[in-house]
Amino acid sequence: MDLGILWYLVPSVLMFACGVYGFVTRKNLIAILISLELMLNAADLNFVAFNRYIFPGQMEGMIFTLFAIAIAAAETAIAIAIIINVYRAIGNTDINEIKKLKF
Amino acid sequence: MDITLPILILAIPISMFLILGIGGVKMSRKTAGVLGILGMGTTLTLAYTVAFTYFFSGDPAFIVDGVRQQLQVFDVTWLAFTDTLVVHLGFLLDPISAMMLVVITTISFMVHLYSWGYMEHEPGFQRYYSFLSLFSFSMLGLVVATNIFQMYIFWELVGVSSYLLIGFFYKLPSAVSASKKAFIVTRFADLGFLIGILLLSFYTDTFNFMELTHNPEGVLASTGGATFMGASVLTWALVLIYVGGMGKSAMMPLHIWLPDAMEGPTPVSALIHAATMVVAGVYLVARMFPVYLMEETALLFITCVGAITAFYAAVVACCQIDIKRILAFSTISQIAFMMVALGVTRPGLHDGMGYMSSMFHLFTHAMFKALLFLGAGALIHAVHSNNYTEMGGLRKYMPITHWTFLIGCLAIAGIWPFAGFFSKDEMLTAMFANNWIWGAWMTMVAGLTAFYMFRMYFMVFWWEENPHYKEHKPHDAPWQMSVPLIFLAAVSCVSGFIPFGELVTWNRLPYHIHIDPQVATTSLIIAAFGIGLAAWLFMKRNHKPAAMKNAMPGLWKAANRRFYWDEFYMFVTHKIIFNIFCRSIAWFDRHVIDATMDGFAKVTQKTSVAVKGMQSGSIQAYVVWYFLGAVAVAAITWICLL
Repeated sequence: MDLGILWYLVPSVLMFACGVYGFVTRKNLIAILISLELMLNAADLNFVAFNRYIFPGQMEGMIFTLFAIAIAAAETAIAIAIIINVYRAIGNTDINEIKKLKF
Repeated sequence: MDITLPILILAIPISMFLILGIGGVKMSRKTAGVLGILGMGTTLTLAYTVAFTYFFSGDPAFIVDGVRQQLQVFDVTWLAFTDTLVVHLGFLLDPISAMMLVVITTISFMVHLYSWGYMEHEPGFQRYYSFLSLFSFSMLGLVVATNIFQMYIFWELVGVSSYLLIGFFYKLPSAVSASKKAFIVTRFADLGFLIGILLLSFYTDTFNFMELTHNPEGVLASTGGATFMGASVLTWALVLIYVGGMGKSAMMPLHIWLPDAMEGPTPVSALIHAATMVVAGVYLVARMFPVYLMEETALLFITCVGAITAFYAAVVACCQIDIKRILAFSTISQIAFMMVALGVTRPGLHDGMGYMSSMFHLFTHAMFKALLFLGAGALIHAVHSNNYTEMGGLRKYMPITHWTFLIGCLAIAGIWPFAGFFSKDEMLTAMFANNWIWGAWMTMVAGLTAFYMFRMYFMVFWWEENPHYKEHKPHDAPWQMSVPLIFLAAVSCVSGFIPFGELVTWNRLPYHIHIDPQVATTSLIIAAFGIGLAAWLFMKRNHKPAAMKNAMPGLWKAANRRFYWDEFYMFVTHKIIFNIFCRSIAWFDRHVIDATMDGFAKVTQKTSVAVKGMQSGSIQAYVVWYFLGAVAVAAITWICLL
């Protein structure tokens, strides 16, 4: 196997690591949502790359990615709606303010 | 025989129970009473039809060459556990079950009628009638049982209905404890019954009475001579079955519940605790009699228990004050009489006359003891007390009750020509034929019977008038109560002349009764002596009874306290069983079983308190933990795959 696939996998890992880092450290809900999208896209990138390099004659990875993009869009819409409602309720979008769901 | 009538005999009382039990609250007292009486009246007519057809029609289905047949009118499979363990329910018609149909329905109908007057003002009148119907159903089912398991089922049902009726006045603590006592004691005895049933059916592979009694040699052979603790297995089985009978029939030492059962309404005492349910033990032995004949040890046990109980109960009855208790002990004594008569029966002695006389006495005793109890009910109704100390001189105020009660007392004392004379004479003849000791002992008991019955009679109707009569004049009971009294008194006068030997014998062949003049004279003299002594002591107010009591205070007190049997049971249950066994078991339960469970709960609780901080509500913390976990799983998987 040539090194071609690495050109896709390395950026994907970097994107995913950035996503995790952002998700854990950001305080703003919007920033967390963006980090989430980053992780999702890293995964999509992997699908496409593996499909292209390991099973070149098939289309499953591509189609799955299309699905994932569509579902991510829907999920983002819901997340945005929740964030708006949280903002209306408490006046900001700080993750540290919404910790009531505990023991 | 057509199965319609037998089915209706059982179906009418149980449907009455359901109708009155479920719909009773919506009914008026009058509707409920009339319904109950009509239902029982119909059952009475049907039972008489069946019994009279059986005895007197001469149909070859019932009698062949002078031998009365046993037939199962129907016998359906009720529970089939396995191919061999099958429980049937059916209707067995033979001389003793036909006789019992007559006894039960007659007494039950009289009690239904009598209760209409007696219970008129009691709350729960409808409930009372539904329980009476339940009892009648259970008792009828018991006597017509085709197999020992069916008998056991109905045996428990009569126990339950007895419990319900003793505790009818459920607001009285004494009634509640009496009902519990009756249930627990009889239930304890039924444990023996059950073990006996299992033991017997284990060896014989059958519950069916006809299969058991038509081939008793086969039953004996099937045990293969197995023994346990020196006695044969068959003896054990029969004695254990008899223990069930001891519980129901109040034989010593399981007699303690019957006197307390008098807390129930008086008509109930007449029906259940005098005439029908308490003779179930006698009936059980009679039903299995050919098998009992195979093991004379078991019969000897029955005889000894009966003889001791008869004497004990007679002595205690001499020193009671509550008239219902006197009658209760008299019942115990008379049932023990029947047991002894069964126990001494051998085919070789007067063609097994003891069996016939025992059943004869069961019949006559049911009639006159129900009469005495209903008479006692009328007295209690008039005087509002159970104690004869509140009565005295009542003969002028309550003539009907007086005359019927006198007939009952003469019948139980065994005076010619009343019913008790004939049956008691036959029993004593059978006892003398077996061994003169039994005969002499039971003749003495018969004398005591005459004495204590007439002691009560004179204390209630003669002695001295209670001064309270001026304020509250006692009077005879209403017609609903007088009619049963007069009817039963008439039956007690004439039932001795029934040719009982032609109808009911152990081998179902006719037996011609003839009075043994020697035994009859002796028992008459003894009875007359007992009555005379009672008259001398109690007819007019005098100081002789008090002087006698003061001469032997210890004996009087012991007999009055029933020779401390209840105290003995209290000591055994409370001091020994509760204190020693139950406490140690309770300690084990609390400190070992409960403690283990508590330990699990404590560990769980401690752990959750320790880790609950992890549920912080902070999503980012969760993600960190999740991420670390995923990395760890990946690392482990990787290491494993290497």
